[in-house]
Amino acid sequence: MTEPRVAIEAVFRIEFPRLVAGLARLTRDVGRAEELAQDALVVALERWPTDGVPDNPGSWLMTTAKRRAIDDARHQRIASVKHAQIAREPEAPPVVDALVEQLDDDVGDDLLRLVFVACHPVVSFEARVALTLRLVGGLTTAEIARAFLVPEPTIAKRIVRAKQALAAAGVPFEVPRAADRAERLGAVLEVIYLIFSEGHVATAGRAWTRPELCDDAVRIARVLAGLQPDEPEVHGLVALLELSAARLAARTGPDGAPILLADQDRSRWDRLLIRRGLAALERAEQLAGADPGPYQLEAAIAACHARAPTAAATEWPRIAALYTRLAQITPSPIVELNRAVAVAMAFGPAAGLELVDALAASGELATYHLLPAVRGDLLAKLGRNDEAARELRRAAELTRNEREREVMLGRVATLS
Amino acid sequence: MKVMLILKATPQMEAGEMPDPGEIATMEKFIQEMHKAGVLLDAGGLMPSKHGARVVYAGKQRSVVDGPFAEVKELIAGYWMLQVKDLAEAVEWAKRLPIGHGAPNGAESVVEVRPMWDFEP
Repeated sequence: MTEPRVAIEAVFRIEFPRLVAGLARLTRDVGRAEELAQDALVVALERWPTDGVPDNPGSWLMTTAKRRAIDDARHQRIASVKHAQIAREPEAPPVVDALVEQLDDDVGDDLLRLVFVACHPVVSFEARVALTLRLVGGLTTAEIARAFLVPEPTIAKRIVRAKQALAAAGVPFEVPRAADRAERLGAVLEVIYLIFSEGHVATAGRAWTRPELCDDAVRIARVLAGLQPDEPEVHGLVALLELSAARLAARTGPDGAPILLADQDRSRWDRLLIRRGLAALERAEQLAGADPGPYQLEAAIAACHARAPTAAATEWPRIAALYTRLAQITPSPIVELNRAVAVAMAFGPAAGLELVDALAASGELATYHLLPAVRGDLLAKLGRNDEAARELRRAAELTRNEREREVMLGRVATLS
Repeated sequence: MKVMLILKATPQMEAGEMPDPGEIATMEKFIQEMHKAGVLLDAGGLMPSKHGARVVYAGKQRSVVDGPFAEVKELIAGYWMLQVKDLAEAVEWAKRLPIGHGAPNGAESVVEVRPMWDFEP
């Protein structure tokens, strides 16, 4: 039986993260583990088209890669033995076999270690994203390159440098200890969130969204929730991503133009994803008790939108209150801008404009297109059309997304 | 993309026979695996068709036909809704479903792998 290449690639997508995780435990080297996994794929691509895909492809790949790892260990040992000029014990040390025996247990623990290592702070932020998609998401470098609209060698280089940085810093293959744990988990969540955001509103290019990247991020977040079921913020992030993903299809018009939340056809929201998101939020709320984290709060805000049957029926005062809470625990100009929008919806454009003006006066977000976009919108609602048009033009200049620019300029046209 | 794996009924399922506890445990373990891989969105099982009905539309007329229905192999017994990269990945998950291991000789089970319409651009 011959299997087309796509079928083999599908097997590999499913097996790759666990394969790398298991091999990293054996080699204690994520970079080497990835190479071994990649070599096993090459062997599979040679053999499977004629031999057929084995009944248990996961263990076949693991065995193939393990053999290579053991050969390597032998060679290294022989080399080091020769180097020391003591030509005894040419066999692999028994410890290697013992490690191999352990390999099939606790894949989940290895996967969790892999997630933490891929998002390690010694690696640049861009590279963490690439490494996480590659190792945890099982994407190929070509797929990652396509998702980020950069040439494949750029991504390949990023991954190589990331692996070098991990090796140079001697990052151990382990879950961080209690003292660092919260901060390191925060770094992991940030990477997953960034992957989603990049799909949600592409920072550059023709397309307004890249839903596939969102799907990858949600999938990785769900995997993490399975690995860290007691962490409220992991469920908070899952909730936020599921709820945001639920709206994806409604965010783009048939011509590819963005549709803003208030104008979306809510019947196109994905009820299944909303249900999953609300369930994850509930789980986060139970675990967090009286101490909600930022992702949980953002998910709670997304849930307000998801529950509202119409834009007009949205509980804006509750959203404004949630943003106030969010601003207390993670103060940032972006949160403040969002709070301003919610306040405007809850208590009128003048109340919102007051907050936006304070932000503009602070000089923060000076180059962030959504500041003039929001300010323009509020000014327009107050009938101050000339000022509004000026702000929206400024927003159009600042955005790098072409679809977004068209929306802003379209709005300007309606004001004159 | 979303893909539905549709489990077709067998005479045993239509008769309301429960699989043995071992099979159920194996299936639950596999469902957990799909869940942990972040691909399983939803799953459900259907009661035998004798508990159901059909509504048949002919112009403005509606007639209701009570179950059971004869064409067992065409009936749906359950589903798994997956979110995956492509059809090949859904087929690969479907191949791994622990179905049919304990089936009597010659008995076949079928799972249909059907992508959902995707309204994303």
